[in-house]
Amino acid sequence: MSSATIPPQFEIVDRPLDTQMTISMGPQHPSTHGVLRLELVLDGEMVVKTTPDIGYLHTGMEKLFEYKKYQQGIVITDRMDYLNPLGNNLAYVMAGEKLLGLEIPERAQVIRVLFCELQRIASHLVWLGTHALDIGAMTVFFYCFREREKILNLIEAASGGRLTPSYFRIGGLMMDLPAGFENRCKQFLDFFPPAVDEFHTLLSGNKIFQRRTQGIGRISAEDAIDWGLSGPCLRGSGVALDIRRANPYSGYEKYDFEIPTEPDGDVWSRYMVRMREMKESHKIATQALARLQPGPIKADAPKVVLPDREAMKSHMDALIHHFLIVAEGFDVPAGEVYHPIEASKGELGVYMRSDGGPKPSRVHFRGPSFVNLSALPVMAEGEMVADVVAIIGSLDVVLGEIDR
Amino acid sequence: MTSEAENIEQTPSPLVAALQREHPEWIAEVIIAFGETTIVVPREHIVAACSFLKTWPEGRFDFLADICGADRGVEEEPRFEVNYHLFSTTKYHRLRLKVVLNEEDTHVASVTGVWRTANWHERETFDLFGVIFDGHPDLRRILLPDDWQGHALRKDFPLRGYEPYSLK
Amino acid sequence: MGLENVIAEALPEVLTTRLDSLINWARKSSLWPATFGLACCAIEMMNATTSRNDLARFGAEVFRASPRQADVMIVSGRVSRKMAPVLRRIYDQMPEPKWVISMGACATSGGVFDNYAIVQGVDKIVPVDVYIPGCPPRPEMLIHAVMMLQDKVMKESVRDRRDIPEEEAREAVVPGTLPVTDGSTARQNTLPESRPYTIASRHERRRSS
Repeated sequence: MSSATIPPQFEIVDRPLDTQMTISMGPQHPSTHGVLRLELVLDGEMVVKTTPDIGYLHTGMEKLFEYKKYQQGIVITDRMDYLNPLGNNLAYVMAGEKLLGLEIPERAQVIRVLFCELQRIASHLVWLGTHALDIGAMTVFFYCFREREKILNLIEAASGGRLTPSYFRIGGLMMDLPAGFENRCKQFLDFFPPAVDEFHTLLSGNKIFQRRTQGIGRISAEDAIDWGLSGPCLRGSGVALDIRRANPYSGYEKYDFEIPTEPDGDVWSRYMVRMREMKESHKIATQALARLQPGPIKADAPKVVLPDREAMKSHMDALIHHFLIVAEGFDVPAGEVYHPIEASKGELGVYMRSDGGPKPSRVHFRGPSFVNLSALPVMAEGEMVADVVAIIGSLDVVLGEIDR
Repeated sequence: MTSEAENIEQTPSPLVAALQREHPEWIAEVIIAFGETTIVVPREHIVAACSFLKTWPEGRFDFLADICGADRGVEEEPRFEVNYHLFSTTKYHRLRLKVVLNEEDTHVASVTGVWRTANWHERETFDLFGVIFDGHPDLRRILLPDDWQGHALRKDFPLRGYEPYSLK
Repeated sequence: MGLENVIAEALPEVLTTRLDSLINWARKSSLWPATFGLACCAIEMMNATTSRNDLARFGAEVFRASPRQADVMIVSGRVSRKMAPVLRRIYDQMPEPKWVISMGACATSGGVFDNYAIVQGVDKIVPVDVYIPGCPPRPEMLIHAVMMLQDKVMKESVRDRRDIPEEEAREAVVPGTLPVTDGSTARQNTLPESRPYTIASRHERRRSS
């Protein structure tokens, strides 16, 4: 399937009394999912050329990492892709563990997988709610956020924060799960598949939704790979690539799940891919919950991982280690790593470079939304202005990750 | 960074060995550490190396994951490096290419002709480090405001910037 | 020429106090926010409008996209230097009466991000009425802030909130205060004397919380 092309009679020329105009959409706009500015060159209502202008949320996080110890940086990663904070945490923490060469215990890995999948479901729920809201279906927004509240309750029970949990640490987890968590999680997981079917009854059979999403914003598989798309945007064009299968991490090779793909490459395929992904995440989360065994949650590395509170209060060496780790940080061997994970939006990669001290020398996050948004001009050329809104929704961009 | 002695001890992967047979002039140094392979490429060969690696049957690196700049330190020589992270969607292997640049001459050729996704990554590296990519179709600032002075992620740029914000 | 301009000139003060209560009650019961969600706090703001914490009970149901139709601007999220002039422009576009709620630590004071890119507090750009701490604040905290703002609105006088010309609005820039004038400075070329807004909310006078 080729992407939409501009018919040959429309071309960009500078004729003042023409039907072409340049408008600026954003940065304050209800449908741009954050502070994104698009310069649209329109011919009537058809988009001839679009240029995204980003940087309105640039926070200088990568510079902040260089001034903070490794454990302090985890807090900053929450605020990057704020719909998938546990995924950001995981990527950063695993890059640090790769540099240090730590062995993570089994229970910690299973809990990490469980929370990553719950977070993926929560992120897709926000995507669905806001995407449908932009297209005009307001009910779905409230239904999705109702489900999301349940997930946020679970995350808050374990870590203390709804939106910025910072639950993972280099070497394991912050704390063990609270009592009764497995039951609550099981309750949510049992209740979730009928909710996804409910979303399908609300949207998938709706003729208006289908007309607004099918055939819009096509991108072919070769173009998608060339433009660096990843995650559901790439799988919506027919490429079965998932980092959890390609470069498995944290024990993902032991779980049984499918990789949903759709062949068309338009907004509808990306929608269907994400809906099916929610069901797959549910499958993985159920398997993880069944696999949960009691055990340690932190790696055996006393110079890196904080000791238990009880041990700290009674043993001198634990107290000393605690003090040194908190006050001075731990030294990480010099080197560089690039660790990619499959976040809810695509390939989230962390490039971490250390010079041997307690603070990193360079931390770079390869944000999937950054790369996905760069393909927007390709998808939006030849579409109507109203379709641009649908395309941005289907790309699932989060400006915090783009601008860092 | 691993020392030269460790480089000779570890056997390079078959991929790097094959590349060394075909084009030895592209490989200035091979670093194998933490399970990853890094090839330091002299900057005049980067475009040729990238386009070769993209179509080479042994490599098939059709996916450019990331271009990442780094500043080694104000006193270091060479000061800047540009890392290209390559990935193959069919063979699932990864490779890092590194180009090192001196402070006085921060020009390197652009690889937007090889992978179109390099466009925004190179703009970001230019914006934050000041590395100039020759042949880039539209090299301008992307994250910082257009009238910003300086390059923010360089080590000599202070964390808090030079002046607080005021409306005037 | 709004209602308040006409009233303040024409009617004696005793009538305006009665009118004050009516008008303030009407204003506080239908505070329409302008969509100004920037970052993570915007998601918590969206959570505050959904069914579990329902902001619509307090009249703040419709989030207007156009600032010309909005009463309150909830700045939720970190304000970067590139975004700051845009923020000011949106604030200027809002007609009087307007209020600003600064939601979250980043909008209040820069938050975690003390660096070159983030404005350390949105009150360097616009005058703020209610500050909400938290990173991000819970939706219940946003609802509490809206209730505090409603208390504040009830204690205002109609004559304080007149449409003043834009140049005059930009002159009275003392962080954390509102330009309170009687319109006479439009004819002079001097800086108006602004007094800090010292009307305390009912919640602050409670003995314990």
